[in-house]
Amino acid sequence: MIEIQQISKSFGKLKVLQDINIDLPKGACIALIGPNGCGKTTLIKILLGMVFPTNGLIHINGKSINKDDMYRAQIGYMPQIGRYPEQMKIEQIFEMITKLRTSGNNIDEELFTAYKLNEIGEKKMRTLSGGTTQKVSASLAFLFNPNILILDEPTAGLDPLASEILKDKILKEKNNGKLILITSHLLSELDDIVTHVIYMQEGKIRLYKSIENLKTDTQSQSFSKAIANLLKADSHD
Amino acid sequence: MPCRAAYVCIVILTPLSLFATIWNVGTTYKLKKVHAALELAQSGDTIIVQSGLYTEGTLTINKKLVLIGINYPVLDGEKKAEVVSIKHDSVVFNGFRVQRSGYATLDDPGGIKVYNSNNVAIINNDLYDNFFGIYIQYGKHCRIQNNKIKSLGKDEQAIGNGIHCWKSDSLLIIGNKIQGHRDGIYFEFVTHSLIWRNQSEKNIRYGLHFMFSNNDTYVTNTFNNNGAGVAVMFSHKVNMFNNTFSNNWGDAAYGILLKEISDCVMQGNRFTSNTIAVYMEGTNRIKIYKCVFQNNGWGLKIQASCMDNSIELNNFLSNTFDVSTNGSLVLNTFSNNYWDKYNGYDLNKDKIGDIPFHPLSLFAVLVEQNNPVMLLYQSLFTVLLDKSEKLIPSLTPDNFIDESPRMLKIVL
Amino acid sequence: MIKMIQLVMLDVVKNRTVLAYLLLLSTLSWSVFFLEDSSTKGTLTLLNLMLLMIPLVSIIFSSIYIYNSSEFIYLLVSQPVSRKTIWISLYLGSVSALIVALFIGLGIPALLYLPLSIALYLISVGIAITATFSSFGFLVASAFRDKAKGIGVSILLWLFFAILFDGIILLLIFQFSAYPIEKAMIVVSMFSPLDLARILVLIQLDVASLLGYTGAIFQLFFGTKLGTIISAIVLLLWAVIPFLLSLKIFTKRDL
Repeated sequence: MIEIQQISKSFGKLKVLQDINIDLPKGACIALIGPNGCGKTTLIKILLGMVFPTNGLIHINGKSINKDDMYRAQIGYMPQIGRYPEQMKIEQIFEMITKLRTSGNNIDEELFTAYKLNEIGEKKMRTLSGGTTQKVSASLAFLFNPNILILDEPTAGLDPLASEILKDKILKEKNNGKLILITSHLLSELDDIVTHVIYMQEGKIRLYKSIENLKTDTQSQSFSKAIANLLKADSHD
Repeated sequence: MPCRAAYVCIVILTPLSLFATIWNVGTTYKLKKVHAALELAQSGDTIIVQSGLYTEGTLTINKKLVLIGINYPVLDGEKKAEVVSIKHDSVVFNGFRVQRSGYATLDDPGGIKVYNSNNVAIINNDLYDNFFGIYIQYGKHCRIQNNKIKSLGKDEQAIGNGIHCWKSDSLLIIGNKIQGHRDGIYFEFVTHSLIWRNQSEKNIRYGLHFMFSNNDTYVTNTFNNNGAGVAVMFSHKVNMFNNTFSNNWGDAAYGILLKEISDCVMQGNRFTSNTIAVYMEGTNRIKIYKCVFQNNGWGLKIQASCMDNSIELNNFLSNTFDVSTNGSLVLNTFSNNYWDKYNGYDLNKDKIGDIPFHPLSLFAVLVEQNNPVMLLYQSLFTVLLDKSEKLIPSLTPDNFIDESPRMLKIVL
Repeated sequence: MIKMIQLVMLDVVKNRTVLAYLLLLSTLSWSVFFLEDSSTKGTLTLLNLMLLMIPLVSIIFSSIYIYNSSEFIYLLVSQPVSRKTIWISLYLGSVSALIVALFIGLGIPALLYLPLSIALYLISVGIAITATFSSFGFLVASAFRDKAKGIGVSILLWLFFAILFDGIILLLIFQFSAYPIEKAMIVVSMFSPLDLARILVLIQLDVASLLGYTGAIFQLFFGTKLGTIISAIVLLLWAVIPFLLSLKIFTKRDL
């Protein structure tokens, strides 16, 4: 569904991404992990068109993304830290984004309702806590029923209950055949959800495997253990 | 009015001319031509001309005659000749329409021209489309009153002056309306004369033009919308009272241009909407007193060659520049004027500002030195320059000053 | 696109700065007309005010608006909207809000008190300056990521066009006073949108004859239809070119 071909990105002398080549298939739930500064966020920003790659091409559903901005209609994005116009009320944000994306009537308000955002619609974004802002971001990402979901540290800042609601939603959408790309530091959180894992380090892809393969290769029971083993092996090299 | 004036004249003249004859000219009379009457009449006679068109070339009056037109008989010069030549003392010429004189030849033909004659009265005539309107040379005690003088000329070379006076003395020029000539009223070597209640407007060059004419007075005239306003040059002891100079607007147009004149008094005059209200060059001992300067580009432009002029008790209102000069030496005095740009205070309540006023702005000085600087007129930069100069004068002459600026507009 | 412009306009109109700008403009222009008895003087005072306030407010407001909208822009960019659309909408939205303020604050009193042609001239010149200096603001905000630096540069730009440029002109005039520089000055005046705007209005007023020979040369150019069209085009370019530059930077920039 997403083909990333020879993507490189440098900020001045700093090479953030070096020659990334991966295909992300439909129906997969992919964990994008790696240490801080490994290039995860940059890769996501490139996918979203916020950052332009120095080299390389990205195709989504066979179409190059630098030709038509409308490809973003297929993507729901939940940023790590949501930044919204401070003066706007929650309902205004939803109204505005809904106006901008007239793609269809296919609106999914499940999270919006589950998080009871309609009850606090009058509140201004400035007054919201980090957790509530994340709820807004999550609800917005799923609102338009997109084929691709990009979630940057989705559970960070959410309380356990909200976190569970979000995980359930992610599972549900995965089963609906959507491509889900998640970055997270908390490996244990992803255990039940992810089907594939991408491990990045210093701007390169060190590993891209399905969970089954990973578990067999490292002889581990859980995903987080498998990664832990992998990291150990890596540091021995 | 002109008719009644004519009757008045008849009534007054009749007893005097007991032995004089009255000659009637007109289609219904024996005499059809003015010429014929002029030939037959004796000194002291009166000729009454009925209305009608008389195209008789030049009518020369060389006897002491009274000529009276009834209902403006038209004397037409057909653009070929001078229409009326007065060559005798004490001629009265009243109530005619004089039109289409010859033009632009060497001898300066006029509608009515007076040659070397005294006590001539030219009254209530309507002069239209002549080269010169009324022309007096070597005349004394002549009176030009209540005439309407209009010309249609467009080119300065192809047109003469409305009232042109040369080498004359003790003239009275009263209540005339002059329009569209080169100069409205022109004086050269004319002395001891009075110009009173005339209106001179839309003339191509000056509304009033004074050259080498001393001891003259002009009072309550209106000079409006003339090409270059009014010029008074090379004269002394000229009094100018209560005149209005307005709308003389254009490149190099003046309310009044004073050049090489001395010992004059200008009092109670109004200068409104002129490019330069008063331009002074080489003037000495001029007193400008109780005048109003309003909405002019420059109120006073005083060139460095001016000395001992005093500017006192005037109102300066809404002028772009109140005063400008090209020199740094100031030999003129300003006192007790009202300047609307003054923003000082009056703590002792004597209605005179406690701090002196510097009427000369830095921008005015810069413009005077270099005209294209005017490009920056009203730009923030020059506004700031002016403000800083007001606080710390450095480039403007510091004796250019009104020590006693009035707090309130002077009631005149 | 129209929806986006509406969104931005609503956002800007709610902004207190615009409201304050409107109030300031109307207070000043009403008081000018109450205090000045002649309409020419009123126009000149108003022109002065315009040349001082509009550029300053436009450039500072629009650059700060962009800096403060970084979250908004961030949110929009992740949506299926092209950056071009976003940037143009931000520009048109904020400029039209400023123009509405200008029209209510200054345009209405001008239309009531001044001859129609002069009022229209003032308003169109005001609109042109607003558009131009908003473009500058957008250019600065797109070129400098740092807000403090950007505001600093905005103020410098304003200082340059409002004051320094005229200082340079003054120097040039005195430097070349021996030469007939009037025609060259027509060209030089085109290099500052504010000077061009000021001269265009001055030529309309009868103060033009104060300018003497210089004024006559300027009248010969700016007084004609061709001159008016050329200067209108130049004013338009002053608004369009910086904006296009900023658009280019914004569409190529990493967020």
